Amino acid sequence: MELSGAEIVVQALIDEGVEYVFGYPGGAVLHIYDALFHQDRIRHILVRHEQGATHAADGYARSTGKCGVCLVTSGPGATNAVTGIATAYMDSIPLVVLTGQVPTPVIGSDAFQEVDTVGITRPCVKHNFLVKDRKELALTIRKAFYIATSGRPGPVVVDIPKDVTDPNIRIPYDYPKEIQMRSYNPAKRGHLGQIKKAVEAILQAKRPIFYTGGGVILGEASQRLRELVALTGFPITSTLMGLGAYPASDQKFLGMLGMHGTYEANMAMHEADTLIAIGARFDDRVTGKIEHFSPHAKIIHIDIDPSSISKNVRVDIPIVGPVDSVLADMLRLLREQDMRPDQQALADWWNQIERWRARQCLAYDRNSQRIKPQFAVETLYKVTQGNLYLTSDVGQHQMFAAQFYPFEEPRRWINSGGLGTMGFGLPAAVGVQLAHPDAQVACISGEASILMCIQELATCKQYDLPLKIILLNNGYMGMVRQWQEFFYESRYSHSYVDALPDFVRLAESFGHVGMRIERPADLEPAMREAFSRRDQLVFLDVVVDPTENVYPMIEAGKGHHEMHLSPDRELA
Amino acid sequence: MRHIISVLLENEAGALSRVAGLFSARGYNIESLTVAPTDDPSLSRMTLVTTGNEHVIEQIKKQLHKLIDTVKLLDLSEGTHIEREMMLIKVRAEGPDREELKRLADIFRAKIIDVTDTSYVVELTGSSSKLDAYIEAVPEGRIIEVVRSGPTGIARGPKGLSL
Ligand SMILES: Cc1cc2nc3c(=O)[nH]c(=O)nc-3n(C[C@H](O)[C@H](O)[C@H](O)COP(=O)(O)OP(=O)(O)OC[C@H]3O[C@@H](n4cnc5c(N)ncnc54)[C@H](O)[C@@H]3O)c2cc1C
Ligand SMILES: Cc1ncc(C[n+]2csc(CCOP(=O)(O)OP(=O)(O)O)c2C)c(N)n1
Ligand SMILES: [Mg+2]
Repeated sequence: MELSGAEIVVQALIDEGVEYVFGYPGGAVLHIYDALFHQDRIRHILVRHEQGATHAADGYARSTGKCGVCLVTSGPGATNAVTGIATAYMDSIPLVVLTGQVPTPVIGSDAFQEVDTVGITRPCVKHNFLVKDRKELALTIRKAFYIATSGRPGPVVVDIPKDVTDPNIRIPYDYPKEIQMRSYNPAKRGHLGQIKKAVEAILQAKRPIFYTGGGVILGEASQRLRELVALTGFPITSTLMGLGAYPASDQKFLGMLGMHGTYEANMAMHEADTLIAIGARFDDRVTGKIEHFSPHAKIIHIDIDPSSISKNVRVDIPIVGPVDSVLADMLRLLREQDMRPDQQALADWWNQIERWRARQCLAYDRNSQRIKPQFAVETLYKVTQGNLYLTSDVGQHQMFAAQFYPFEEPRRWINSGGLGTMGFGLPAAVGVQLAHPDAQVACISGEASILMCIQELATCKQYDLPLKIILLNNGYMGMVRQWQEFFYESRYSHSYVDALPDFVRLAESFGHVGMRIERPADLEPAMREAFSRRDQLVFLDVVVDPTENVYPMIEAGKGHHEMHLSPDRELA
Repeated sequence: MRHIISVLLENEAGALSRVAGLFSARGYNIESLTVAPTDDPSLSRMTLVTTGNEHVIEQIKKQLHKLIDTVKLLDLSEGTHIEREMMLIKVRAEGPDREELKRLADIFRAKIIDVTDTSYVVELTGSSSKLDAYIEAVPEGRIIEVVRSGPTGIARGPKGLSL
């Protein structure tokens, strides 16, 4: 088969099994757009800003486990995509981002819409390529998908100069099936000797805890994790990124840990003698002050990326490998054992944990005349019963969603954790809804975040995406306001969101349905109505208490045992 | 602690900037970095000298390894190894200094490879500390220019860092 460079790009995507390309055209990619025009295997989704393309591809990837794909033009197209690429990078999400580039002969001459895309994106990609020869196109795209999706996933940028896609020059096309790279061999299994050591430590544990993260979801190990928790009877906590890998409703689940984690999870982390970290990266939002982090614990860490291990916290038993296979080995070894952990010690440990849990650290004022954001999230759960994909923007609403919406399954909670990108929620939901056309998809947002990618409401209209947007409108950049209240004596410097649009009319102007809800009693009926509109996007502008703060909270640089609970229930 | 690390890299455009970018982005020290193709034209060999505590060095090695272009990596400091650095040094050589500087070159087994009425260019190869010692030994005010290659190194014994 002889194809032009542009046709090779498209055919390679088809051969990769790509369903959707999220993109935005421009000069440098016009040959590729023309090749897209001539086929009907791949659906191109026209976003309204390249940041939206990357987040939509990201939402698609997070909700399916497949690789997300974007196509943007050179220069401003590529720079607009950078925020989304960095967002995916920080959370280890597989993306292939194809960027147009100026023709090879003029690279380096400050040509029209030229930027050094490979240079700009280098620090926020797993890898990137500049393809200078059309003969390299197919192999490079194959490599890009392989690198993006294997090992620790991440975004890969393929920068393609316009002349490389010239429609008039055809070359033989053959898409490589297998790929071998001598310089890249992600771990396929964990070291059995290390896994045995971990099993021994588990059997010796008296105050154990599982600390699990996004790696369990990325590595499709949710089932194995459930088996391991059931087999050991140990408590489990999760990072923001791991929510849903283990069912939140289970009694062994202590909730999220970290800065806004639960009292019981953080105290258990602090008092544990054995910490089993699985696909989590000891982020500073989780550990707090390193010196105070799990001071008594022997630490086991399973991670596919050796550089995640002992990066922030010294680990006693490192295991480098895919979480799924390591947990399978662990389960097998544990089942072969006659020995069991000290049951009396475990019972005492659980008693202690239940005393912590009895503090009810997430309690809030349920009798308020105003809609509390916590109540709004609880109502969302009541109406959807977990039958939902929920994307989020960044701020207090994100934390309230993480704390109050119990996720039972992986890939249901889709948010930007590592980069904390405001503007992520709406475009991410676009990708999720396209991936799951019959599912209920909602985006929880704040009135500041939603304006960062609001233009994607047009994309939703064009492709009839019946998202539900739950805007927790507190009139503030709430998360910023909270920090200013706590640490800057309530000097609310530029955190008040003035001159807000009328969100109902804004939604309507894009062709959607808008509703504004101000009283607690109206919320549930409004949400029910919104979700009953199966074929319409409904934008719920929920006016919530502007003074509410997220609790518990561990100040940056403090230990897990130094948590603040809400003012009326501060720790002794 | 000072570490000298050898890295075999795919000889791809941009591989060097990935390494340099890694060091600046993560705030690692880099004392010197040399790179050139090997007998296998598809591979480059890089020698890096860096400093840091054990924990930092461990992260540096892991992060280097993580680069997709990195084929193999060896911390030469972990075993016995040979290190060589080359220096070209231009000195002011006039009057009685000419003889003195020539003697100094002989003592250090350096070669004088360019001579004018007023200057020498001296070539000296050895460990970095030998080069330091040479610079120290040149009489005050005679140095015009110093060019150092940065150290390269190889492990002792029959085993090689290759594919
Ligand atoms: C406003 C705000 C507040 C936040 N507050 C909190 C908080 O209170 N608590 C909290 O937890 N987070 C919080 N975060 C998120 C935080 O910033 C980090 O994003 C998060 O803690 C990282 O989660 P993780 O450790 O699960 O790592 P991830 O980023 O999900 O990383 C996954 C890890 O798993 C590994 N991995 C990937 N695939 C595999 C595989 N197949 N096998 C084995 N390992 C694999 C990776 O190498 C990596 O080390 C907050 C974020 C924001 C924006
Ligand atoms: C792109 C970007 N800019 C700035 C920030 C810093 N920031 C974090 S939360 C936040 C406020 C978010 O306000 P809103 O969307 O109204 O959510 P709320 O906290 O009120 O629920 C800001 C400005 C960010 N995370 N991302
Ligand atoms: Mg707000």
